[in-house]
Amino acid sequence: MKKTIPDIELMERGHQACLGCGAAHAMRYLLKGLGPKTIAAIPACCWAVIPGVYPYSCMDVPLQYVAFETTGASISGIEAALRAKGKKEGTTVVGWAGDGGTLDIGIQALSGAVERGHDVKYVCYDNEAYMNTGIQRSSATPFGAWTTTTPVGTTKAWKLSPKKNIVEIMVAHDIPYACTASVAYPEDLIKKAQKMKDITGPCFMHIYAPCPTGWKYPPEKTIELARLATDTCIFPLYEVTNGKYRITKRIKDEKKKDVLDYLRMQGRFKSLDEGAIQSIRDHVDFEWARLLRKEECFGEEQ
Amino acid sequence: MAKPMALSGNFAAAYATKQINPHVVAAYPITPQTLMMEKFSEYVANGEVDTELVCVESEHSAMSACIGAAAAGGRVITSTAANGLALMFEVVYIAASLRLPITMCVMNRALSGPINIHGDHSDSMGTRDSGWIQIFNENAQEVYDTMFQAVRIGEHKDVMLPVMVNFDGFITSHKFERVDTLDDAAVRDYVGTYTPEHSLLDTEDPVTYGPLDLFDYYFEHKRQQVDAMRNALPVAREVLTSYARETGQNEYDIIEAYHLDDADVAIVALSSTAGTAKFVVDRMRAEGKKVGLLKIRLFRPFPVEAVREALAGVKQVAVLDRSDSFGAYGGPVFAEVRNALYDAESRPGIVDYIYGLGGRDINAVDIEGVYNRMLSASGRMAGDVQYLGVRGD
Ligand SMILES: Cc1ncc(C[n+]2csc(CCOP(=O)(O)OP(=O)(O)O)c2C)c(N)n1
Ligand code: SF4
Ligand SMILES: [Mg+2]
Repeated sequence: MKKTIPDIELMERGHQACLGCGAAHAMRYLLKGLGPKTIAAIPACCWAVIPGVYPYSCMDVPLQYVAFETTGASISGIEAALRAKGKKEGTTVVGWAGDGGTLDIGIQALSGAVERGHDVKYVCYDNEAYMNTGIQRSSATPFGAWTTTTPVGTTKAWKLSPKKNIVEIMVAHDIPYACTASVAYPEDLIKKAQKMKDITGPCFMHIYAPCPTGWKYPPEKTIELARLATDTCIFPLYEVTNGKYRITKRIKDEKKKDVLDYLRMQGRFKSLDEGAIQSIRDHVDFEWARLLRKEECFGEEQ
Repeated sequence: MAKPMALSGNFAAAYATKQINPHVVAAYPITPQTLMMEKFSEYVANGEVDTELVCVESEHSAMSACIGAAAAGGRVITSTAANGLALMFEVVYIAASLRLPITMCVMNRALSGPINIHGDHSDSMGTRDSGWIQIFNENAQEVYDTMFQAVRIGEHKDVMLPVMVNFDGFITSHKFERVDTLDDAAVRDYVGTYTPEHSLLDTEDPVTYGPLDLFDYYFEHKRQQVDAMRNALPVAREVLTSYARETGQNEYDIIEAYHLDDADVAIVALSSTAGTAKFVVDRMRAEGKKVGLLKIRLFRPFPVEAVREALAGVKQVAVLDRSDSFGAYGGPVFAEVRNALYDAESRPGIVDYIYGLGGRDINAVDIEGVYNRMLSASGRMAGDVQYLGVRGD
């Protein structure tokens, strides 16, 4: 039997994530793709806790904890030193941050690193809120989601602004490679990680990482939910190589699932009314159509 | 009429903020501060306040939004801790320099690195020279009352400075206690409405905040800031000591002397540790030992005279510092207290104990040990900086 997932384990057992944590899967798969010659930097986020409390760690690659807003700048510094010491060849520098650390507080440092063209890989695992501090909204929280700072009350309910599109922000930097990935599609994620490793220059990966604790669903549903996110086109899997779009998990119209299947599984959406659900449906359809058009107009030559 | 409620420090701060009903709250989450903002978000979602809540994308933006809102004439409240305060530092300094009376809760927490989420005072002490008034609080009741006092002090026309309301991360922020609360109308009366003398809102009388200001005037402006800080001392004392009379709540002052009158030896402490020390003082007093405590509530401006008076007659003092000042002679509280005692008529011996970094527990036995060491010293103890409860010392 041909194995589709590399055997190598660079994240050991004994991590401290919650049961069913999507972000824990995400790191494990990413490291399988990037391989052992990887140096990682992690800011404040759930993943600052997941490796373990000193003196324990589940990580088998060199790791620096960095300040919350600094991931892009920190990996720029690591990469610069490797180059200065003639050690860059064959080593991958990866910044690994949550959605808050990437789309909010860390976006300046990320933008700087990508614009300067450092040979760094930046991976954002997206659980759509500040989970480490107790489920506060981030700019990756989608429209309609409950969080502790967008609570459902008598005069205001759920988050009203849309999710920021970080991949498009990266594309607008003329980044050599940007992609989305999901813990429900590990082969796809690992292939994209391997691709990033082989590209010289900045790369960005946006991983969909469901969080049972913050989204209010049973922990055993993480992979099912992640798959639904892609099958509903809420979180499409695609990559953009030098500006060329390619959808890596094509969803045929007749196979496309309704957003309601996805929303219903999660407590964070339980107060949504028909109108809000329809506007989510419309938004997803619009974005999916837009992505198809992008691929059509700016895709690889067939 | 005071109504007793069971509140944590965070919820006491949130409830007080709701009652103040400020124009703008701008904040960013960080442990152990988050629950204050989550609770306040609920008040907003239920329409219980008129406040514009701005959930910004960093602490630097939180304080910047507060500065914008305050310059526009708003009454503004925020909160943070540890790295959040550190990231804010640039604008924390600007808020004070622009004389904007913002109120900020700081749920004191150790600074990185390495990462630690538990309580010590290194965050607020790092901003002690930034021009903010700083009040340290022992428990949730003090936090609740201080929120209103802070508004009064900061907005006083002779002061016009931002105020930091400090309390211990987790120990006070998360512990539920009985808090006697005021009714909404009493709070409304007490804090009044805020009408700043100048604001960006007035297009008839345009003003500029924080222009380029070089060697011709910058120094004078800093000197005025010094005066404001000096004024803050009597204003704070007046606000705190009249608070009980005006509201029917507890008595307050800028310092609290506990069994100091006839004490031979005394501990100086801030925040929740003062509560533990009171327990120890009671126990040792019952054994006939002449021990006392000085709790400092107002740390900026530092109440030099009050501290000197309170410690007059004490033979030996031990300062407890919940942060270190790397490379300095002792921790920040030690430096201030020792400085204040330099001109005292009878100068007591004074030693420093750095304790509790990163939330390391301090308990009654530790504090009793400090008292006993002072009581059994053969002569004057002085100049000693020790570390309490750390391995390898
Ligand atoms: C300057 C600063 N502000 C705030 C924090 C508190 N903080 C730590 S983790 C975190 C949320 C992280 O959210 P995200 O990046 O989405 O990662 P997640 O926890 O969801 O995995 C926050 C607000 C901090 N450590 N430093
Ligand atoms: S809160 Fe969510 S993201 Fe964080 S460890 Fe738990 S499951 Fe994972
Ligand atoms: Mg997150």
